[in-house]
Amino acid sequence: MADRQRIVVAMSGGVDSSVAAALLVEAGHDVTGMMLRLWSPPETVTENRCCTPNDVALARRVAGQLGIPFYVLDARDIFYREVVQAFIEGYRSGQTPNPCVGCNHLIRWGFLLEQARQTGAAFLATGHYARVRRVDRGQVTLLRGKDLGKDQSYILSVLTQTQMAQTWLPLGDYKKSDVRALAKRFGLSVAEKAESQDLCFLGNQDYRDFLVRYSPDLAKPGLIVNQSGEVLGEHRGLAFYTIGQRKGLGVAASEPLYVIEKAVTDNMLIVGSAQSLGRTVMEIAGFNWISGSPPAGFFRAEVKIRYKASPAWATVTLMDSEKSRVQFDYPQRDITPGQRAVFYQDELVLGGGTIDRVFL
Amino acid sequence: MTKTIYLDYAATTPVDERVVKEMLPYFTQHFGNPSSVHGLGQKAEAALERSRHEVADRLGARPEEIIFTSCGTESDNLALSGTAFAQREMDGNKNHLLISPVEHHAVLHTAQLLQHRHGFELEFLPVDEYGRVDPREVRLRIRPQTALVSVIYANNEIGTINPIAEIADLCRQQGVPFHTDAVQAAAHLSMDVVRDRIDLMAIGAHKFYGPKGVGALYVRKGSPLVAIQTGGGQEASLRAGTQNVPYIVGLAQALRITQEDIDNRARTLTALRDDLIQRVLTSIAGVYLTGHPRQRLPNHASFVFEGVDGNDLLMRLDMAGFACSSGSACKAGTPKPSEVLTAIGLSPDLALGSLRVTLGSGSTADELDSFVDALPGLVEQARASRRRA
Repeated sequence: MADRQRIVVAMSGGVDSSVAAALLVEAGHDVTGMMLRLWSPPETVTENRCCTPNDVALARRVAGQLGIPFYVLDARDIFYREVVQAFIEGYRSGQTPNPCVGCNHLIRWGFLLEQARQTGAAFLATGHYARVRRVDRGQVTLLRGKDLGKDQSYILSVLTQTQMAQTWLPLGDYKKSDVRALAKRFGLSVAEKAESQDLCFLGNQDYRDFLVRYSPDLAKPGLIVNQSGEVLGEHRGLAFYTIGQRKGLGVAASEPLYVIEKAVTDNMLIVGSAQSLGRTVMEIAGFNWISGSPPAGFFRAEVKIRYKASPAWATVTLMDSEKSRVQFDYPQRDITPGQRAVFYQDELVLGGGTIDRVFL
Repeated sequence: MTKTIYLDYAATTPVDERVVKEMLPYFTQHFGNPSSVHGLGQKAEAALERSRHEVADRLGARPEEIIFTSCGTESDNLALSGTAFAQREMDGNKNHLLISPVEHHAVLHTAQLLQHRHGFELEFLPVDEYGRVDPREVRLRIRPQTALVSVIYANNEIGTINPIAEIADLCRQQGVPFHTDAVQAAAHLSMDVVRDRIDLMAIGAHKFYGPKGVGALYVRKGSPLVAIQTGGGQEASLRAGTQNVPYIVGLAQALRITQEDIDNRARTLTALRDDLIQRVLTSIAGVYLTGHPRQRLPNHASFVFEGVDGNDLLMRLDMAGFACSSGSACKAGTPKPSEVLTAIGLSPDLALGSLRVTLGSGSTADELDSFVDALPGLVEQARASRRRA
C-alpha cells in the first residue's frame, strides 16, 4: 500500500477505540495498540473507569483478535502531577475544572503521542467522534463528528496544530450505530461500556469525598448569602458546591435557591432564585485556537460552555492576547468558571478558552 | 515485519521437533488410558512407564520416585502442601516451613497459603546480594518443628544457582525433608538427586524444549507426602487423574535430549552469555548485573537499569524485534517491584528497571550482536520516557 502509515491507537477496551483500530488495520496500516495506566487512589484501582485490569484484558483481547501488538504504558505519575493536582488546584481557586481537557492536552496528546512518535509512529489515532481535515499549506482543521449526538470535538478543542497534524480520528465520519454495526462485522467482542460523566480517577466515589481526602484544606466552612448579602446559612467549603446546584444547600427558603456564584476572596457562597441563574457575558482566558490564531478580533460563533451543553450563539470580542469577552444572544444558565468554552462555526471548531469570570 | 529475535528461553522454549515426533502417535494411535485393562491401555501404560524410567534415569532417581503432574507449579504445590500436611499428620508439632525469599511464586504463594489458611509458621532464610542462601543459615534455623525446607535450585529472575547439595545435606542430617524447585535448573544443569541428597524436586517440560502442561515431581522413597489432588489411584495415589500420556512421553524425551549433552551446551551458552553481559555492562551507563556473576544459569543474563521502567523497555525491545522479559512482568501497566529483586537489596525504584535476557538453542552470536547494538539506544529512549512520566 502506497500510503501505509505507522499508527498507534489509544485503546480502552471499549467499542469505539476497538473499531477505530479495526478500521485502520483493515485499511492496511501498521497499527500498534497502546493503553495508558492512569492514576487513581490506590484502593480504587479496579474502579478507575478507563484502565481497570478488566479494561486492559478487554483491550488486549481486541488487539489479539486484530493481530496487532498491544502495550500498556504507566502514566500514573504524570497523570497525578499534571491532571489530578490541577483538578485540586482548580477547586482551590474557586473554579470547577474539567480534568479531561488537561488529560487530552497533556497526557493523551502529550505523553502518549510522544511515546508513539518515539517508537516510530507517524500518527496517534483515537476513537473520538470528531474529524481532522488536512487543508491547504499543511493546515489542519478540526470538525465536529458526523454524529452530532456523539460529537466529542469539545474535548479535542485544546489540541494545537502540531498535535492535530499527528492525529487520526477514524470514527469522525461514522454514527455511533454504524460503529456498533462495524464492531459486529469485525467480530469484535466488545461490551458496551456505560457512559458516565464521572471522572475516571474518582472510581465510584463522589468528587467531594475525594477532595476532602486529598486536599483537606478545601473543607473551609463559610457563609451562604443571598444576592442582597443576607446570611442564610453556612457552607462546608466552596469546592463542594457547583454553579446551578440546588440540592444539599441546607438552607430553608420560600422558593428554591440555586448556587449563583462562589465569592472566593470572602469564602462566601452566593445563592439566588431560578430567575437569577441566567448570565449573558463571560470572560475567557487561556485560549487555544485550532488554526493557531483567532479568526478575527470580533466574530460570531456558537459556544458550548460545557461538554454536554447545547451550543448557543454569541459574539466574541478579543480584548487582548490573554482575554476575550463573550456576549451570548440570550442568557445562559450555569456558566461555570473553570470549564472550557468552545467556539464553533457550523461544523468547524475554532478553539476555545477557560471560563474565567461571569457577568450579568 | 522484522523477524523477532527470541531471548526469553527462561519463560518458555519451542518444543524440539524430535519431541513432537515422539508425542504424536499417542494422540490418535496409542490413545488408550494407561489404567485400562485392554491392549490399547497396556500400550499407553508401557509408554508411561518407559517415560518414568527415562525421567528417573536422567535425574538419578528410581522410577517409583517420579510423579507426573500438569506443570512445574503443580509439582511445587504438591511438594509443599503434600509434605506439610503429611508431616503434621505424623507429628502435630511439625508446623514450621523454611523457604528462601527468592522462590518462584509457585513455592512462595503456596507457602503463604499454608501459613494463612492452615496455620503453618513461615520463615524466610536470608540471602546475600546475589540471592544465594548460605547453608549455615539453614542449619541455624532448622528446629524440631521444621516440616520442610524449600530452596530454589536456580532462580528464574536473576539466574543465581544455590548451593543445593550443601543445603540438602544439612537437611538430611537433621531429618527434615528438602524440596527444590529445579524448573529452570533442569534445562541447563546436570541433575542428580542422589548426588545432591534432595528429597523432593520439581521440573516442568516446557523450560527444556518439551511441551507446556506437563511436569514431574521427584519424591525420594520414604519422604512423607500426601495427595493434594484426589480421585483415582494414579501415580501411586499421590496424584489422581488420567495421565497425559503424549505429554509425559514428550517430557521424558525432552529431558533425555537436554540432559544428554548438557555440559557442551552449557559451555557454548556460557560463552555467549558472558560476552553479552560484558558488552551490556560496558556499553551502557547506570546498569548493574543482578544475580551471581559466575554461579548463574549458563543461559541467563539479568540487569537493572537506573531510571528505566522495565515494562517500557520491554515494549521498545519488542517493537525493535527482541523478545525479552523483566522481573516486574506486568501486562497491566501497574508494575510492582519483584520480591526477588527487593530481597537482594535493590531499591523498589531500581527493581522496576529490570531486564532478563535468556538464551537457548536458537541463540547465535549474530543475534546477540544486533541485540547489544540496539540496547543502548532503547535504554536511552526508555530513560527519556521515564523522565517525562
